[in-house]
Amino acid sequence: MMADSGSNEEVAVIGNTDITSTETESNIINTMVERGTALLRKMEINVAEAEKRTGKNTVNMQETYTVYLIETRPAETVPGGGAPAAPDTLWRRYSEFELLRTFLLVTYPYIIIPPLPEKRAEFQWHKLAADNLDPDFVERRRVGLENFLLRVASHPVVSNDKIYFLFLTEEKGWREAVLETGFQDKVDSRLKSLSAMFRVKNPDKRFTAMKQYSDELNTVISQLLRVRARVADRLYGVYKVHGNYGRVFSEWSAIEKEMGDGLQSAGHHMDTYAAQIDDILEEEEHYADQLKEYLFYTDAVRSVCKKHELIQYELEMAAQELVSKKQQREELATGTVRVFSLKGMTSKLFGTESQEQRESRLAALEQSIQEGEKTLKEKNTECKEFVQMAWQDIERFKEQKDKDLREALISYAIMQISTCKKGIQVWSNAKDCFNKM
Amino acid sequence: MSVGAPRALASSGQKPITEILHPLSAAEEPLSVTVGGDKEVGLTNGTPVETSSPASTSSLFNRLQLDDDLEADVRDPYADSTEMRDLFVTVDDPKKHVSTMETYITYRVSTKTSRVEFDLPEYCVRRRYQDFDWLRIKLEDSQPTHLIPPLPEKFVMKGVVDRFSEEFVETRMKALDKFLKRVADHPVLSFNPHLNAFLTVKDLNKRQGLALLSKVGESVKHVAGGYKLRARPAEFCAMGEYLDTFNQKLGTIDRIAQRILKEQSEYLTELREYGGVYSSWVGSEEELRRPLEGVAGCVTTSCGALEDLGDNMSLDFLPVLREYVLYLESIKNVLRKRDQSQAEYEGRLEAAILRKQEDRTPMPLEVEKCQDKVECFNADLKADWERWQSNKRHDFKQLLTGMADRNINSYEKSQAAWESLITLLQDKQTEDKTSETN
Repeated sequence: MMADSGSNEEVAVIGNTDITSTETESNIINTMVERGTALLRKMEINVAEAEKRTGKNTVNMQETYTVYLIETRPAETVPGGGAPAAPDTLWRRYSEFELLRTFLLVTYPYIIIPPLPEKRAEFQWHKLAADNLDPDFVERRRVGLENFLLRVASHPVVSNDKIYFLFLTEEKGWREAVLETGFQDKVDSRLKSLSAMFRVKNPDKRFTAMKQYSDELNTVISQLLRVRARVADRLYGVYKVHGNYGRVFSEWSAIEKEMGDGLQSAGHHMDTYAAQIDDILEEEEHYADQLKEYLFYTDAVRSVCKKHELIQYELEMAAQELVSKKQQREELATGTVRVFSLKGMTSKLFGTESQEQRESRLAALEQSIQEGEKTLKEKNTECKEFVQMAWQDIERFKEQKDKDLREALISYAIMQISTCKKGIQVWSNAKDCFNKM
Repeated sequence: MSVGAPRALASSGQKPITEILHPLSAAEEPLSVTVGGDKEVGLTNGTPVETSSPASTSSLFNRLQLDDDLEADVRDPYADSTEMRDLFVTVDDPKKHVSTMETYITYRVSTKTSRVEFDLPEYCVRRRYQDFDWLRIKLEDSQPTHLIPPLPEKFVMKGVVDRFSEEFVETRMKALDKFLKRVADHPVLSFNPHLNAFLTVKDLNKRQGLALLSKVGESVKHVAGGYKLRARPAEFCAMGEYLDTFNQKLGTIDRIAQRILKEQSEYLTELREYGGVYSSWVGSEEELRRPLEGVAGCVTTSCGALEDLGDNMSLDFLPVLREYVLYLESIKNVLRKRDQSQAEYEGRLEAAILRKQEDRTPMPLEVEKCQDKVECFNADLKADWERWQSNKRHDFKQLLTGMADRNINSYEKSQAAWESLITLLQDKQTEDKTSETN
């Protein structure tokens, strides 16, 4: 499991459910992985299996798709030993996971929502199938989906979400529940915020830096995955060609007397060597998956930064509008024209307006200014809250990223050591055979 | 320079080794059996043998030693025979010579010997590839019944291989050294006067000039004949088949080795780029700086190890394979010559029998000579074949264990780098944890 929830091991600990806000905050900073969230203290979650189903899709055509079995079980161990209680289970397909994630994205725009495993296989080296129904792909996706659920379950904010809880527990009524929240309205606005091009006058430097970092991270991980796939391809070739030695040594041994046995056995070791690469590369896929998770995470980071930009922009716009309205009021009151207005122009050209007209305009403007001030205050609050919550989550994310990627690199190093050891073993065996020639 | 080089020893007589009388025994025949002093190609090593003059005690002693040597060599050419050996040769110290006409490399050839055939106990001369080539041709011509070791390839494609690069010169020198050592260890070839000249004469060019002329004459003799062979003895058929199959297998191994080199080279290219990405990632990170730099470093180390592996395989493995392919070709040639000499004998015998039936003359001398020739040839070849098989086994054992060692070495270097990274990172982890709790 990639998300080191940790709490699965601390199952017996009865946590303090009355957490004060300060404790919540410090929970977030101390790797929450160790303390666990309320949800994880309550239940164990895993994606146990995958199954193929066929059914009619929305356009009434037969399609084959995969469903995943989600198991949940109370976290307390049965005292005095004995088998753990049977888990509650339900089946979900990938598109439902996608729906859940979209809901979370729009509902918590200040949170870096954990990513789903890729929909289609990318960055593959040639041997691995890019087919969604390929059992290896399905297996890796199962692991990825479990990881997603655990990431959400261990997030201090999102783990408390009702819809998420229903996703884990309500097979039938879940879809309706999601739609009932009316989240779709926010979907469009979110898409707008992501694609819109607007210039913020006073950007928050921290967020700008974070967005830049996430773009850099995205670029470097993409590059890394691409090159890694090529490296894997080449290494595969190197190992497999050695298998040819197996055959030729065997053929050669047939015409030799004393050398025959040694050659023949050495040939078998060459075959063993050639076969090693399959497991080696299979294991490396886990490393690639760990990198991919963070590649997809960068999209989530980017969207939080973009959302912040939009809020900041709206705040600036609101402030600007208020300023402009106030100026208009001033002009109207003093009679000076500094701000261009069509009414002002026309009244200049076609004669001044009456006192009544002016007063009614002033009143309307006054109203508008009051509304504007209210809006500005709201926007200000919104912005402040967003910044606070988003930045908190960003800090949490940075710590998690550093820890996870460090562990990934260490496990990559361990994989390399294992590969070297296997190689040394087989060549030493071959050498022994050569010595007996 | 002594002239009385002893004739080829026990192995190349009419009788098998076990029947040859001890040279110091009181039996009638001395060790050397000669058929007169004519310069018969295929029998003597080109110089007439003086059978009447008693061999000096020291040369007899030498022959004794070599006798034992031969038997020992057939079992394992490299065991204990160093004490018995009295001729040591080394090729080293390559130097570049630049003249107006050409640029070439010479090597130092050092000789240490106690043999009486050499005037001095030590010699030191400089030779170039051309000289080795000359020696080999002379040996082939003067000892056609023996297997002459191969030389490294003569021609190298200019532009593809740098003839003056350190690696190329090193590889060639090792091969020349092996060639000379093989000749020096051979009980018959080591007494060849051309070898003697090669090892001792200061200016070889004059000799070569004369040699070239005589070479033409001798080769003509080989081509002529044209007798048809009736029945090749089974053992020589087996040799021929073995050589064909072995040649095939060597060719396959060569191709596999080359393919591996190619794949490894392409892998290396990608791996270098891969390491580079980790390096470029470092700039964006703080906490991850150390692990990322560490990984980049390990990848670089692995690249270096892999590069060394490839270089070594190119320099040590492939040339030896190719040498053996050349060796096989030259052995096949010897087999062909043997066939020819048998065919000639059979042809002459048939003719003589027909004539005998007519006029009752005794078997002509030349038919007897042919018979001797064939029997000598067969005996020489059989003995050399055994010796060759034994050497071959040793050479390939060395070659293949060398290949295994290099691969092990490469992995070991890589493993050490990754392990030290883990240690480094784990130390840092405990460092951080203790500073946190403090």
